[in-house]
Amino acid sequence: MSHDKVLSMTEAIRRFVSDGMTVALEGFTHLIPYSAAHEIIRQQKRDLTLCRMTPDIISDQLIAAGCVSKLVASFFASGSAGSLYEIRRRVESLVPEALEVEEYSHYGMVSRYHAGASGMPFAPLRSYSGSDMPDLNPLLKVVDNPYGEGTVYVVPALNPDVTIIHAQRADRSGNTQMWGVLGAQQEAAYAATRTIVVVEEIVDGAVVRADPNRTIVPAHVVDAVVLSRRGAHPSYVQGGYDRDGEFYREWTAISHEPERLRQWLQDWVYDLKDSDDYAEKLGPEKWAALAVSDRPSGVVNYGSSR
Amino acid sequence: MGQPVAEVSGYTATSTELIVSVAARALAGKRRVFAGVGLPTLAVDLAQRTVNPDVELVYESGVCAAHPTSMPESIGDAVIVAGAEAVLSMQALFGYVLQGGHIDVGFLGAAQIDRFGSLNTSFIGDARSPRVRLPGAGGAPEIMMNAAEVFVIMRRHDHGSFPAELDFCTSPSPVRACASGLGLPHRGMGVSTVITPLGTLERPSAFAELELISVHEGVSVDEVRAATGWDLKVADDVRVTMPPSDESIRLLREEIDTVRLYLR
Repeated sequence: MSHDKVLSMTEAIRRFVSDGMTVALEGFTHLIPYSAAHEIIRQQKRDLTLCRMTPDIISDQLIAAGCVSKLVASFFASGSAGSLYEIRRRVESLVPEALEVEEYSHYGMVSRYHAGASGMPFAPLRSYSGSDMPDLNPLLKVVDNPYGEGTVYVVPALNPDVTIIHAQRADRSGNTQMWGVLGAQQEAAYAATRTIVVVEEIVDGAVVRADPNRTIVPAHVVDAVVLSRRGAHPSYVQGGYDRDGEFYREWTAISHEPERLRQWLQDWVYDLKDSDDYAEKLGPEKWAALAVSDRPSGVVNYGSSR
Repeated sequence: MGQPVAEVSGYTATSTELIVSVAARALAGKRRVFAGVGLPTLAVDLAQRTVNPDVELVYESGVCAAHPTSMPESIGDAVIVAGAEAVLSMQALFGYVLQGGHIDVGFLGAAQIDRFGSLNTSFIGDARSPRVRLPGAGGAPEIMMNAAEVFVIMRRHDHGSFPAELDFCTSPSPVRACASGLGLPHRGMGVSTVITPLGTLERPSAFAELELISVHEGVSVDEVRAATGWDLKVADDVRVTMPPSDESIRLLREEIDTVRLYLR
């Protein structure tokens, strides 16, 4: 409980992310760990296997920066806004080189994390019967149903070397509280050998203990806590700041031109020290445009016998 | 999209508005609908205000029974979380809500659909060296396998999008799943309704083929046949699609998609 796991982003990435590792960066439309990805780019990590259900712009950036040799994913667009042209170039025209892709459906990926988190070799699901997906990905296999007729498709456990997630808050020992869209972060954290939690706010342990049900990732599975205010931009933080839809739309044009994409990485990642620099460069007008209204939850009573 | 196709007293419905209103009418009596943003969300919203006030919308992001105060731009927006009746993890959403059999209607789109309602959302051309890399599976295979029925909105109706053979099958029909002999069967019937810019197609049961049941005003049965990549089955009593009511068009334009984000 009292073990202090707070590290700088630079130190956390240096210590826990190495070339050749399998790295999961989860967060489904919400709480996407952009500032951590930017630090991975700055430290020029190489040959990573990147796991992310919806690759999103964050994957396009990591791939363009040369950090990723393989992508494990279940969707290849950035939400409702446009194309990820770096990924498309790699897959469609093999430029500048082919990107290895291992493809699942969403529940296939969730089930992989679930199996990994549960210490199981695989997980069964109802999907893939009659689909061409198993032809493309031989890891989608069937096993005999031991309790009845027929067969069941299974997906292999996914155990990342490190999972990185972004959250609203954590205490210094790593008890991480999140609200809003929760995606597969809990499963991905438990599945990993190491977990880095990037937060908008580091709070006192008493704040966590006032509302223990909101702890989605407990300290016992967290190795580093990194403070990075506004570090999920251009994605959003429920109750913190909104998604930057303008940037999501702009990315289609940025990623379409390899030179423009390199320049973007130079200006917004390599030339900056950290996410504070980045937030400052975005400027007060942008942050004012992304401000959200207050909509506090009700208060529940955790009272017990005295 | 966007060209006027039907004159309605006072309002002229665009092709998109027609598609949305047909989908909304088809939602009468359905309880829990799994949909992404875009035309499906508009259809559910319109159904809620017309034929089905109790319909509940479930999003892939885990948000159940959302009550958004403004139009969402993605299935995981802050605006659909605030005020929702429940927000679940993806394990609970896909595992318990979908696989558990709680979804009556799933909405899907596709680049290609075949005569039994199998869908391709992955590749155009050879999957191993594709001409176009499409977004891929997402949750579509899970929706197809587990919803009681699936509605499909097709933005185009031509040989490319209605081919005799899919370039790739992402989300299979029960016909295809059964033929493979592997894995668990569909919970539901697969695709039941397909709405296109030319007309409406239906499948009456899990192993039936798509059948043209209505053509939109100004479209002939022969045109739909010619635009379809297989010998399209046509219902004996094929009719002209009922145009959207004035009130539906007004709701779509003045209350639901006021900024015309999806009603292009």
